[in-house]
Amino acid sequence: MARAANHDLHRTVSPPAPGALPRLLPDPPASRLVDHLARLGPVPDRVEHLAAAVGEAGLRGRGGAGFPTSVKMAAVAKGRRTFVVANGTEGEPASAKDKTLLAVSPHLVLDGAVLAARAVGAREVYVCVERGASRTVEAVQLALDERLAARIDPVELTLALTPNRYVAGEESALVHWLNGGEAKPTFVPPRPFERGVEGRPTLVDNVETLAHIGLIGRFGAGWWRSVGTAEDPGSALVTVSGGVARPGVYEVPLGTGLAAVLASAGAAPEATRAVLMGGYFGTWIAGAAVPQVSLGAASLARAGTSFGCGAIAVLPAKVCPLVEAARVARWLADQNAGQCGPCMFGLPAIADAMDALVRGEKSGNAERALARWTGMVKGRGACKHPDGAARFVESSVRVFADEVALHRRRGPCARTAPLLPVPAGGGWR
Amino acid sequence: MSLELTVNPLLCVAHGMCAELFPERISLDDWGYPIIDKREIPPHLEAHARRAVAACPTLALILRTRAEARPA
Repeated sequence: MARAANHDLHRTVSPPAPGALPRLLPDPPASRLVDHLARLGPVPDRVEHLAAAVGEAGLRGRGGAGFPTSVKMAAVAKGRRTFVVANGTEGEPASAKDKTLLAVSPHLVLDGAVLAARAVGAREVYVCVERGASRTVEAVQLALDERLAARIDPVELTLALTPNRYVAGEESALVHWLNGGEAKPTFVPPRPFERGVEGRPTLVDNVETLAHIGLIGRFGAGWWRSVGTAEDPGSALVTVSGGVARPGVYEVPLGTGLAAVLASAGAAPEATRAVLMGGYFGTWIAGAAVPQVSLGAASLARAGTSFGCGAIAVLPAKVCPLVEAARVARWLADQNAGQCGPCMFGLPAIADAMDALVRGEKSGNAERALARWTGMVKGRGACKHPDGAARFVESSVRVFADEVALHRRRGPCARTAPLLPVPAGGGWR
Repeated sequence: MSLELTVNPLLCVAHGMCAELFPERISLDDWGYPIIDKREIPPHLEAHARRAVAACPTLALILRTRAEARPA
């Protein structure tokens, strides 16, 4: 810490050039406080205009739901003795952007969390990271130690290592776990912004969302909007995985063409069968449709999908999409929390029907059952797990209808090595 | 004031009493769990709705006035 002399901690720096990237993922990484402050300077002392600036920026949550961040901030700010939860759990197997961000720019996330806490009147922040992500946990712990030593934060920051489960990161599950329960979703309303940690209004924001707040708080909404388009402002982290030469986490302006993102990751368009947008709760975009899609809300909606958490998994032509979809459907079924009947019984039944499609069952019963059950489970859980799983399966059957027909005609295919990862789950505490 | 039936899916264990007592708005899915028809409950059916709520062994069925728009 000898290098972080006091004057360094308070020296303001001019903002990075408008329109320039990277913002969130500097190269070399700024995991040390001294490097982070040399790059971006300290956070401002005043926060009374922060919620308005976040609204003006048009920042939407980057955890998957895409809800306007300023609206949630305003709702929590009305409460007394509030809390902030920085959600870095990222149980989504096709996403690595939160872990990467926390490892590369932990202080930018923590800046955003502290700014948000001051803006909503919170004195305590819980920083939640999946306990299995050891490199990220180390980086965040080191960053918290540095900040404590430098005495720069007016609020208390606590690291919380969460269970390795897909639904543990759902905000009501996370809050329930922080309150001493199992990391399983609870019945809402009340939602965490009404009653969260210790029953108090709680702002639960994804860590990338908070990093953007760390930038908006410093340089303002106008600067922040100098990247991206008028409809979809700002930059975003995407995780490109699967059949590409350079899988990894990329920071891109929103509104960028999907084809350009895939090209930078080294995907071969002619060898790309389809792209899974938004992770395992997401939907498929056929390879032929990729050139028409850009990473903006309207374009993605036209393609029947949404940005979600920015996970983009590329399915190469040589892999059987049905086998992949069935494996993911089974994993999603196994990830149910065992709480709500329609999810507990519906998702395994759906996964069985997907297996029947892979076997090439000729009766057509499995397809009829899938159409019925995917409709039946939606909106019937305490959380949106059944909805996400149903959406994935519906999209798989629709986009790969030719493959379903092929299996029915010729029976099971020669399986290839699994592509989409299905990690083992842990406990609930 | 219009009434709305809701199931707390965390409490429901598929006894199925509600669908017996109030078939006008409650049916069962393929696993025996209730599916609520969200259409408005007219006054002449209110007594049936209340009877279904009262009969639920796990108190999973809730009758409440229709919620206003929420921010999230």
